[in-house]
Amino acid sequence: MPETTLTPAQRDDLQAIARIMIPESREYDVPGADDAAIQADILSTMGRDTAAVRAALDHLTRLAGRPLAQLDEARRGAVGREFRATGGAAAATLTRVILQCYYRDDRVLRSLNLELRPPFPKGYEMEQGDWSLLDPVKARPLTWRKAP
Amino acid sequence: MPAMNDPVDVLIIGAGASGAAVAWSLADTRMHILCMDQGGWMNPAHYPSTGRDWEARFYGDYSPSPNIRARPEDYPVNDDDSPIKVVNFNGVGGSTVMYTAHFPRLHPSDFRVKTLDGVADDWPIDYDTLAPFFAENDRIMGVSGLAGDPAFPPTAPPMPPLPLGKSGARLAKAMNKLGWHWWPSDTTVATTDYEGRARCINLGHCTPACAQGAKASTDITYWPLALRAGVELRTHCRVREITTNEHGMAAGVVYYDQDGVEQFQGAEVVVVACNGIGTPRLLLNSASVRFPDGLANSSGLVGKNLMFHPYAQLYGYVDEVTDSNRGPPVCLWSKQFYETDLSRGFVRGYAFQFGRGVGPVFEAVTSEARGLLPWGADHHAAFRRLNGHRLAISAICEDLPEEHNRVTLDSVLKDSHGIPAPKVDYTIGENSAKMMAHGIARAREVLDAAGATEISVNSPILYGGWHLFGTARMGSDPARSVVNEWGRAHDVKNLFIVDGSVFVTSGGVNPTSTIQAIALYIADQMKSRLANLFD
Repeated sequence: MPETTLTPAQRDDLQAIARIMIPESREYDVPGADDAAIQADILSTMGRDTAAVRAALDHLTRLAGRPLAQLDEARRGAVGREFRATGGAAAATLTRVILQCYYRDDRVLRSLNLELRPPFPKGYEMEQGDWSLLDPVKARPLTWRKAP
Repeated sequence: MPAMNDPVDVLIIGAGASGAAVAWSLADTRMHILCMDQGGWMNPAHYPSTGRDWEARFYGDYSPSPNIRARPEDYPVNDDDSPIKVVNFNGVGGSTVMYTAHFPRLHPSDFRVKTLDGVADDWPIDYDTLAPFFAENDRIMGVSGLAGDPAFPPTAPPMPPLPLGKSGARLAKAMNKLGWHWWPSDTTVATTDYEGRARCINLGHCTPACAQGAKASTDITYWPLALRAGVELRTHCRVREITTNEHGMAAGVVYYDQDGVEQFQGAEVVVVACNGIGTPRLLLNSASVRFPDGLANSSGLVGKNLMFHPYAQLYGYVDEVTDSNRGPPVCLWSKQFYETDLSRGFVRGYAFQFGRGVGPVFEAVTSEARGLLPWGADHHAAFRRLNGHRLAISAICEDLPEEHNRVTLDSVLKDSHGIPAPKVDYTIGENSAKMMAHGIARAREVLDAAGATEISVNSPILYGGWHLFGTARMGSDPARSVVNEWGRAHDVKNLFIVDGSVFVTSGGVNPTSTIQAIALYIADQMKSRLANLFD
């Protein structure tokens, strides 16, 4: 198996844990992290994180005892909490991989009123702010310590 | 037998902050100056802020950690036995490619800690000695700032400061409420078009390299000038060791070229500019029959007295929207607690750095790890409360030299050329720990005054080993230092060290400005002594 791929069972568990982490929301009009496009983004970009993701999914399998999606909702939630508490660095990597793909999805960024673009080349505007705030500091005596 | 190259007058190892400055300064001697760097030229078109995955790359190929980044140009560092992990960048520009461009100078008192406070050692040079080189460096790097800070001697930044923005104004109000010092930070982010560099357009993601070129890194400041003046820069050349001749002088270096072929480069003068980890690593890897404990190590201090700046960081969330990632992270500084006040329970002090906020991925990852961002149905509402509302403060604490904090050679770990990697053994000292606790308490007061809630403490910042000092310290006593007061190795009269490893103490501010001023000062000393440089 290529190092950059997951088994079908691992993909199912990845999708299931992503859904536990970030479910779909009609209130905010956003997909869950189990959304097919977000899952595809995760799988195509996890690259150097693949080994840690696999390790995390192996840990998840041990906790669940069977494919996560086959558990009832209460048990899935319990496994998710245990995974988060005991998964260590591998679980942290899996969590980060899911979050970094979720929070660059067009639908999610649109819901957050964020622009669908990288910072460059347009950049952003930043206001100057109120420079009169500095007046009391300017009025302070010199405080740096003279050295012999 | 390695291939031989024609010898040069001066060989500089490392094209980062200090190596570039020395190369530029020495160029007017018209000597044959060659600089080698293990990395290559950077291409800003590939920098993270040009792509939609700009935040994700901070965890991968633009991680500040060489161990995570693991580009071919990087060397691994065994920092398992340190609560602070080493971060750096390897390539033309060195760590100025991946720094935040915060550009304070060490204070006059930082050079006299023994005299003033009875700790560590005084430097053999002082602030006034470096003052003209600070000014020259400010001009070439291009500093934005505001003159008149009452907590520092007079300066004259060539460009106006970065805007306060929403975040800076809110933090400034909090500091005024407490009656504490603050000032807009000096930074090498250009606020106007400057010497061929375009002004800042608030890409926000400054640390992992600036696609706009507004942030000064030496690949776009010193190097174009140095190359135009005739300096030769050879990239993708990794130096394995400095060799010596029968007179105990540096003869040149053995290095691996871009194709991995071992070569020898002779030189009349060797200048080491690999900073606080790379420099002792190279000196220790240069052990020989003549120098069995490593080159220039008769004092036994090469690699010892390693100092970081332990960072204590706090962040919280306010009701109004902050600048988040829509402006440079550099914002304000405070020197309220910089100078010694023994009533605080420790000597020396720290500066505060204030942060404008972060982007959505970084917010999600860090707040999830802190337990602020739940899993499940509540995730969305919580994220909307946190994202774009963060304010951050870091206390950057002066570290004192302790010999047990050190860089040695790892017995197992090697880089891609088989050269032994550095191993770091470091613990946070008692004085630093007290200082960090004080900084955490005061930063909490600032965030409270700013109206922030859900305050998190991140202390020490794990991947916060940006500033690397002390491992080839400067001094007039050969038994207690590695280089003399003008950067020449006590033991090897044609070997110079110009980077952060020569720092005697760390101060409590970001060091790049001071590192470069020292490099320019040493180059100036070399030029003024050319007739009797080896006496």
